[in-house]
Amino acid sequence: MLEQTHARRDRRNLIALLTPGMLWLLLFFALPLVIILLYSFMTNGPRGAVIWQPTLENYRTLFTQTIYVNAYMRSIRISLETTLICLLLGYPLALFIVRQPAHWRTFLLFLVLIPFWTNFLVRIYAWQIILANNGIINTGLGALGFAPMPLLNTEGATLLGLVYGELPFMVLPLYAALARFDFTLLEAAADLGANRWQAFWRIMVPQTMPGIVAGSVLVFIPTLGQFVVAELLGGAKVDYLGNLIQRLFLRSNPVNWPLGSALAVAMMIILLALIFWYFRVTREEQR
Amino acid sequence: MIKSLPAGAQAPPATSQQRQHGWLRRALSGYALLVYAFLYLPIVVLVVFSFTRDEFGVRWTGFTLEWYIRLFNNPRLMGAAVNSLVVGLISTFVATLLGTLIALAMERYRFRGRSGVDGLLYLPIVMPEIVMAVALLAFLALVFDLINALTGQMLRRSLVTVTIGHIAFSISFVAVVVRASLKGFDRRIEEAAADLGANSWQIFWRITFPLILPGIIGGGLLAFTLSLDDFIISLFLSGPGTSLLPVEVYNRVRRAITPEINAISTIMLLLSITLVVLSQLAQRRR
Repeated sequence: MLEQTHARRDRRNLIALLTPGMLWLLLFFALPLVIILLYSFMTNGPRGAVIWQPTLENYRTLFTQTIYVNAYMRSIRISLETTLICLLLGYPLALFIVRQPAHWRTFLLFLVLIPFWTNFLVRIYAWQIILANNGIINTGLGALGFAPMPLLNTEGATLLGLVYGELPFMVLPLYAALARFDFTLLEAAADLGANRWQAFWRIMVPQTMPGIVAGSVLVFIPTLGQFVVAELLGGAKVDYLGNLIQRLFLRSNPVNWPLGSALAVAMMIILLALIFWYFRVTREEQR
Repeated sequence: MIKSLPAGAQAPPATSQQRQHGWLRRALSGYALLVYAFLYLPIVVLVVFSFTRDEFGVRWTGFTLEWYIRLFNNPRLMGAAVNSLVVGLISTFVATLLGTLIALAMERYRFRGRSGVDGLLYLPIVMPEIVMAVALLAFLALVFDLINALTGQMLRRSLVTVTIGHIAFSISFVAVVVRASLKGFDRRIEEAAADLGANSWQIFWRITFPLILPGIIGGGLLAFTLSLDDFIISLFLSGPGTSLLPVEVYNRVRRAITPEINAISTIMLLLSITLVVLSQLAQRRR
């Protein structure tokens, strides 16, 4: 009897705790995703209104028209490049932090975290000041007798901005993975005749793979949807997926929400595939 | 987010082998130093060039506070700043409340569908923000049409819609931080209180709440920072005439670099850094 009232009260508490937040997430996060999934199969009206007439036209456009195919490929390419560079910068940095004494470690990690907490837009904007035609790099080059070169509004600047913006997301999971790594394994490998290079590739990299994958996914996903960096540093010269989505939803005349939704859904599919891959890798690791 | 990082095993003492490879260590330190320089160079440049006399804001031509004075006399920017603060405070309050409740449910109860809730909770953290933004935009447009058809009332995007969006992505972050603080929680304290005759309401307010308060404050400060910094959802969900600070900055930056923007950026930067330091201190104090 007492048990029963207890269980009933537990259940009531659980519902009270869970309902408000879950309702919010279902209503303002999950349901909207379902709606753009639906929209991606609808027809765009002449004045930019969505007409409820099912079609596969949006996806056909996406996979056949050069502007969209190119944007898709370009986005994937620059996201891969960003991920790779972040890995090359982030792995040694995470390794360095892990090897410091405990009290330093927290502080050094905190230094990586501060940019992660500060305004993304502002941090990207700061690079405009550095890269501008009359900015500090070109002024410095001029003082050394070199001709100033265009740095801003190039793809290199976009890549730089993306790496800069996403680096903390790479360092955090790598740090977490390296903190769990047993460094005596490297000595064991050395005793067994492995050189440092072999020990690194055969022991350390496989052991920290969950961190590498997590960091890569965390960098790749937001990069895929970016449009601010391409506009502020790349000069909006070429289109990435994010620029096209923004334009189709807000700026183009008329707007084309069904096509924009199809682009967003295509992006979500990549995201879900990556998350699935991440869980497979980490599960294998646990086995 | 930060709290959930593992503390890390103690670094083992250096062995003779490691000492032999001292050059490798030095190379690693040098490399790390360069990466830190890369991380902080733009921040330093931004702060320095908010005090330059140069009207283009990219060269050092002497010290001035003029841009900060102009900033505070610019009603558009100040209005946007006030909007950002209001949206930030409201969304932080709601998201912290809802996120904390979910965290309590997830850490205290085992129930059917728990892993589904877990998935829904983590998805906003990994979803590209632009997808979330356009989805909410499409959803709200649909709801507005529906309301218009039913009541004849014409609703528009406003600060309210932005706040709804900010709450939606902040709940997850708050829940992650509060769950981390609940994980290290010794439940025997609560059992002891129950044995001494406290009812569950008393136990929560006198024992549980004070102990997880640092996590709640940390999560709340994170939500506040995220809301103040958010640009993409703010851009898509704010209506005409209700600009938020990051959107206002974006619209100006797209046109030209100005020292005024350097100054407002510096203020935003310092505010974020203050908030992150406070959040860290709150979570450390146990």
